[in-house]
Amino acid sequence: MDWLIALRDGTGPLGQWGPIVLGVIRVLLFVVPILTLVPGLIWWERRLLSWMQDRIGPNRTGTITFPESFPLAGLRGKKVRTFGLLQPIADGVKLFFKEDATPAAVDRLVYFTAPAVALFPAFALGGTLPIASLRYPFEAAGSGIFAFFTPVANVDIGILYVLAISSLGVYGVVLAGYASNNKYSLMGGLRASAQLISYELAMAMSLACVVMASGSMKIPDIVAFQEGPLWGFVNGVQNWAIFTPYGLVAAVIFVICMIAETNRAPFDLPEAENELIAGYHTEYSSMKFAVFFMGEYAAMFVFSGVFAAVFLGGANLMPFRWEQLSSDFPAMAGLFRGLAYANYWLGPVAFLAKQAAGITFFIWLRATLPRLRYDQLMNLGWKSLLPMGVANFIVVGLWVVCTQMFGPAGGFASLLGAFVVLFVLYTNLVGAAKTSTPGIQKRGIKMVDPTPQGVTMVDPNKV
Amino acid sequence: MQNEFIPLLLLMLVAAVICTAMVTLSWVLGPKKNTPYKASPYECGVQPAGNANERFPIKFYLVAILFVMFDIEVVFLWSWLTVFNSPLTGLDFKIFSFMEVLVYLSTWIVGYAYVVRVGAIDWDETTSLHPEKLGQTAQEAN
Repeated sequence: MDWLIALRDGTGPLGQWGPIVLGVIRVLLFVVPILTLVPGLIWWERRLLSWMQDRIGPNRTGTITFPESFPLAGLRGKKVRTFGLLQPIADGVKLFFKEDATPAAVDRLVYFTAPAVALFPAFALGGTLPIASLRYPFEAAGSGIFAFFTPVANVDIGILYVLAISSLGVYGVVLAGYASNNKYSLMGGLRASAQLISYELAMAMSLACVVMASGSMKIPDIVAFQEGPLWGFVNGVQNWAIFTPYGLVAAVIFVICMIAETNRAPFDLPEAENELIAGYHTEYSSMKFAVFFMGEYAAMFVFSGVFAAVFLGGANLMPFRWEQLSSDFPAMAGLFRGLAYANYWLGPVAFLAKQAAGITFFIWLRATLPRLRYDQLMNLGWKSLLPMGVANFIVVGLWVVCTQMFGPAGGFASLLGAFVVLFVLYTNLVGAAKTSTPGIQKRGIKMVDPTPQGVTMVDPNKV
Repeated sequence: MQNEFIPLLLLMLVAAVICTAMVTLSWVLGPKKNTPYKASPYECGVQPAGNANERFPIKFYLVAILFVMFDIEVVFLWSWLTVFNSPLTGLDFKIFSFMEVLVYLSTWIVGYAYVVRVGAIDWDETTSLHPEKLGQTAQEAN
């Protein structure tokens, strides 16, 4: 521990280079797991999709059959299976050695930069994301060994950095679409950029709600806020954002925006294969094509991590405050103390498990939901999620102010009041929209009576 | 050298190196046997018609403008968000600043209602235009 403190403070044998060396270690501890887990993630998606569609999926690559003349007698003629885990790696190696076919009319500089620009944010996104607990049980914040290794940089801008880097993803997509000199690519790139910026707004609003409740933009501070008592008065349970009423709404908005930001089904309009071939990466081949996919999967991985940290209590396995419980129930203090330490040391595993659950949810959605139409997509982003996010934002403010003024009961009363007001507003607005002229009539299209009599009465010369 | 942001810059550097390496390696390792067919843009196998850099619907541009406007309004909120519920501020500040933010948000809501009313985010091309602008009245169409 002492040498780590010396390294961090720049007083060890490495002197001033100490913090930089520690920084490099942190970066590697963050990037290497992504690089190694993304192939596994691709394998998991293919296998899970196969099972959901009653297929087997890739299960052959990496099977070793030992020959009869093998030196070890026990292994002769036996097969060692790896369940196809090496399939994505084999795909990657194959793609590296494929021809990099570049169309003649592309804007070469932009065409070659675009995949790199698309992959960059996926790696840089998690720079402020803690993958373990920063507080050793029964001690002050910043204690314990994990605090030295995560997050990559515990800067004040925290969530703002995540939002800023995730919006950089638009550039890769729009540049790829524009530089390819292909009409499908152009339309795919335009669609993707419009979709990404539309969902960016609602995503910012949903994260703003949690920031507002916790009073800090640092993600470790948000996790610490979620380790407090539930709703401010249930002492034994942690206040995970998803358990609070406003946090649940924010979490739903965030999940939808997260899927749209990573261009996953059912929001994969930019690469809708039945209308746009492959969208913005139609003209890309070999590894440049795979880089777009890798960016998508790495972004899924990191966005699941952001969701786990901001809404699911970060690196806590279960939403219980073991330290508080051990002092509340002295009879079982030993057990709860043990669980508190186990919770700390299993933190990274719990975080990975939450990420894996998030990714599985992504895959499940892809297997279940059909793709949206483009106007539905834009309407969902602008007319449903954005007003919902802003309303939720006001509700969080009300909740915080009323809880401080009148106690927890005041908070819940304000929520109920806000819900009634919003419900009345919503029904009135929807009612007003229904009584006004329907869009299809505004366009001057005459509706045909769908009954057999109505259809036969239509004069074909007039339609 | 005690800057907290240095590891962040290192992360960006590593990310940039990985990205560049991936794109360059495939260019270096792969064979290069280009033919006129490979070099032409893909249009479902038929001969490409015209240049791809042509006009596209103004809607995409409009959405980008709206995004910038609404996003800037949210950006102004971030500075207030972080201090709103921090332990350093008292109840008086919370109530006062919350009311101020409600006033600020009302301008946001008026802007949003206007944008919805004029159909700027209606993706059905024709509903955002008046029928007169399409060269005919609603009655004529009927």
